[in-house]
Amino acid sequence: MEYFVIIIGSIFVNNIVLAQFLGICPFLGVSNKVQTSIGMGAAVIFVMTLATIVTFLIQKLVLDTLGIGFMQTVVFILVIAALVQMVEIILKKISQPLYQALGIFLPLITTNCAVLGIAILVIKKNYNLVQGVVYTISIAVGFTFALVVFAGIREKLALVDIPKPMRGAPIALITAGLLSLAFMGFAGLVK
Amino acid sequence: MSMMHEFTKGFIKENPILVLLLGMCPTLAVSSSAVNGLGMGLAATAVLVGSNAVIAAIKNLIPDMVRIPAFIVVIASFVTIVDLSMQAYTPALSESLGVFIPLIVVNCIILARAEAFASKNGVLGSLLDGIGMGLGFTIALTTLGGLREIIGNGTIFGIALFGENPTTVLMFIMPPGAFIALGLLIAFVNKFVKKAA
Repeated sequence: MEYFVIIIGSIFVNNIVLAQFLGICPFLGVSNKVQTSIGMGAAVIFVMTLATIVTFLIQKLVLDTLGIGFMQTVVFILVIAALVQMVEIILKKISQPLYQALGIFLPLITTNCAVLGIAILVIKKNYNLVQGVVYTISIAVGFTFALVVFAGIREKLALVDIPKPMRGAPIALITAGLLSLAFMGFAGLVK
Repeated sequence: MSMMHEFTKGFIKENPILVLLLGMCPTLAVSSSAVNGLGMGLAATAVLVGSNAVIAAIKNLIPDMVRIPAFIVVIASFVTIVDLSMQAYTPALSESLGVFIPLIVVNCIILARAEAFASKNGVLGSLLDGIGMGLGFTIALTTLGGLREIIGNGTIFGIALFGENPTTVLMFIMPPGAFIALGLLIAFVNKFVKKAA
């Protein structure tokens, strides 16, 4: 039950993009085509889960035991950057098809504030490792879900005659606003 | 003249949020009131000025291959300093900005200025660039926060504008309002400001 609340809560109610505003850059940047947004989503699910496990262990085993919790930001960002680089190298060696599918998205993910944000939030919320992983996967699925829906809308939007000053970012933001409004309908699902 | 240009370009012409469209995440998240916007803007400005100056000073010591990780370490150190100072001196603001203070590290504006400006220019120019860009960020955030606060809550910096219990559009201080308000603000800048520049 507890996990169920975490899952529904983080996919729909507190959707990372539309309610928590993390990961807006890829959300606006890579959302022109449904196909690319699925690839980006898959890469985010993968990296985010890995990053949370690693940063969680580092926080509990290294930073907390040594009493240097204030190094959190510096350590986490370096770990995430190194991790992404490593994943890229390993994927390239062991699985060409997967690398071709996710490869171009991996460097972009380092600067995705969602990955660092979630790693920090898992620590702030005092989750244990299992809860943290479930939370992270649900958040990442929620990200993919929002990204794919948004890309679907933008594919249609490209065909429409939009007033000149509204083209590009403004109309994308307003569309995201309406999508976010729709997601607020889920607000009563869990406390 | 050129120093003056480094300082003022960030205000409107190269405003990081409204024109360059960098740093969207914190912009949307913390602009629910003018005070939050101002706080976030100043925190990011402090980091930006510090990291720009230090990076400009040590740029010749860093090998080109590892310059991005090196920049990130410098930025992360300043973010940690700002984060801890805010927890100590402005606990309420620190609480309401939450996770977005440590996230200044991955704010594209700061790394973008380090890479595009500080790594190529002197300390003084980088310092002015940092202050100008930071103020541009602060201006945009405070404007957006102010607009959302007025429409959504009927107040500005916590001061009631329309007497007791005004009719407000509550949506504007909630997440959807952030997207819509920013979209309209950028459209406004596109229409009226960009042409003049």
